[in-house]
Amino acid sequence: MAKGRFGIHGGQYIPETLMNEVIRLEEAYEHFKKDPEFQRELEDLLKNYAGRPSLLYYAEKMTKDLGGARIYLKREDLNHTGSHKINNVLGQVLMAKKMGKTRVIAETGAGQHGVACATAAALLGLECEIFMGKEDTDRQALNVYRMRLLGAKVHPVTTGTMTLKDAVNETMREWTNRVADTHYVLGSVMGPHPFPTIVRDFQSVISKEARQQILEREGKLPAAVLACVGGGSNSMGMFYHFIEDKEVRLIGCEAAGKGIDTKLHAATIAKGSLGVFHGMKSYFCQDEYGQIAPVYSISAGLDYPGIGPEHANLHDTGRAQYVPVTDEEAVQAFEYLARTEGIICAIESAHAVAYARKLAPTLPKEECMIICLSGRGDKDVAAIARYRGENISE
Amino acid sequence: MNRIERAFADKKAFVAFLTAGDPSLKATEEYILEIEKAGADLIEIGIPFSDPIAEGPVIQEADLRALSGGVTTDQIFSMVERVRKKTDIALVFMTYLNPVFHYGYERFFARCQEVGIDGIIIPDLPFEEKAEADEVSSRYGVSLISMIAPTSQERIARIAKEAKGFLYVVSSMGVTGMRSEIRTDLDGILRQIRAVTDVPAAVGFGIHTPAQAREIAGKADGVIVGSALVKLIGQYKDQAHAQIGAYVRQMKDAVNAAEK
Repeated sequence: MAKGRFGIHGGQYIPETLMNEVIRLEEAYEHFKKDPEFQRELEDLLKNYAGRPSLLYYAEKMTKDLGGARIYLKREDLNHTGSHKINNVLGQVLMAKKMGKTRVIAETGAGQHGVACATAAALLGLECEIFMGKEDTDRQALNVYRMRLLGAKVHPVTTGTMTLKDAVNETMREWTNRVADTHYVLGSVMGPHPFPTIVRDFQSVISKEARQQILEREGKLPAAVLACVGGGSNSMGMFYHFIEDKEVRLIGCEAAGKGIDTKLHAATIAKGSLGVFHGMKSYFCQDEYGQIAPVYSISAGLDYPGIGPEHANLHDTGRAQYVPVTDEEAVQAFEYLARTEGIICAIESAHAVAYARKLAPTLPKEECMIICLSGRGDKDVAAIARYRGENISE
Repeated sequence: MNRIERAFADKKAFVAFLTAGDPSLKATEEYILEIEKAGADLIEIGIPFSDPIAEGPVIQEADLRALSGGVTTDQIFSMVERVRKKTDIALVFMTYLNPVFHYGYERFFARCQEVGIDGIIIPDLPFEEKAEADEVSSRYGVSLISMIAPTSQERIARIAKEAKGFLYVVSSMGVTGMRSEIRTDLDGILRQIRAVTDVPAAVGFGIHTPAQAREIAGKADGVIVGSALVKLIGQYKDQAHAQIGAYVRQMKDAVNAAEK
């Protein structure tokens, strides 16, 4: 059995054409992880370019309104490019450059990872091509133009359901086509080993900071940390340094779309089953013959039929809990946070806010909790208006 | 001698691929017999998958057509069971791991043996991960066929040493589909394979003209053609018999014409 297992999940289920490349990538990562110069450069980029550390903000009005645990927001939305995606991308693109690659390719759903990737490629001087489902290029047109401004080429993907999973398919196909000078900047804690580990490590800066920040502010650990889960990169980053703190509940919020009793959802843990897809063994939404199911969410970033293998294992072991949140609940939370705290968050992050609204009142006032606000919501404003029946032009 | 060995015995093999259920399982059954009659030595039957990451546009579309038609793995097994009564040609499945894994390895390979499937090719199951399926497939006499790519380098010997059935040598970088030119150093790859195994090596990905088939057959033990045939089926739907027959005959003649 190959390396990179989380319990029974993970592995390297990819075409032979890519095997030597992922082996080289693993070697390179093991090297750079311990390379003080690489770490210094990355820290400098995170601090002086991305704006880290991100704030841990005490949401006082929300706390008072809900009348339970004290609520903190980890403000990944304030990072350069507007989401947590920059954490992983700066690490991977810097590494790709040091590996001698001249070109990066990436999939994107909502466009946040694509924008971050195009940004890092522009900064570090690499060519960049982004694959994005046609449906997503339509609903996230602003991000498409943003990527082009940054010098990236955007390929709309017209195969399959024309969303995130198809964008991953197409990026993998492109990687088998041209691997020598090209690095695939996978955007989530998924895919073949070593990607789930690399992305988790680069994203774990979120919980490394948050754990220290909450101890400084509250003098104790939170009762719960919450984050939305598609592939699972912001949640894995938010959970990681709390995994050993057994008293901290880890809660991942999945996209339940129109409801998990309908066919229109992307709730992998609630409704999926064990499978092998996109290079990894994990849970996937699929039919009785192992055909990957078309999934749905109002949020393009959570519109993915699988979940990263480390999450699958956190679910198996019971260390983390995964809860479904519907479109309607997420939209209400999106509006609630805007009105209550003056923060327009990404519709993805709003899934975590929605569950926090249910959880906070059930926890004592002496306790605290952290919600990872993975991204900002400018990109979603037009879609939310449409959802509410108002047609505004961007 | 088993059916796969016989396909490669004393000759260069011509291997044809088609997607099961494109446009219908009835057509697939007829086409398998047509392809055999036209001289093919081994037939790969694609079990369509929703997300075939190693396929180019032609086979992607065939998979989509088959799945939209409602074809299932169980129906494909029944089709093979029927066609097996009419032919003794070597038949192997080509599909992705998830349809096999989700069906259950035991159940899947037991059914393969029952209906007369000789081997299986799974592009997203590399050497490092093959043990879990191989252990079961071997028990049911189904050869798990390994792939070697232009990037395999030092992995070639390791993969070839454990090869079963035949080795599928990927001619080019990228996905399946017709190419005007094949630039990989196939001689070098085939030399490394032959240094460690007698298992035959067939070359696929990109081959579609008789000239390419003749050239490749001069080096390898077999030539695999997929997209060109699938394209004919896409074009002529359930009326492709004559076109398929003529094309396979032409390609098989080219393979036969190769220098031994």
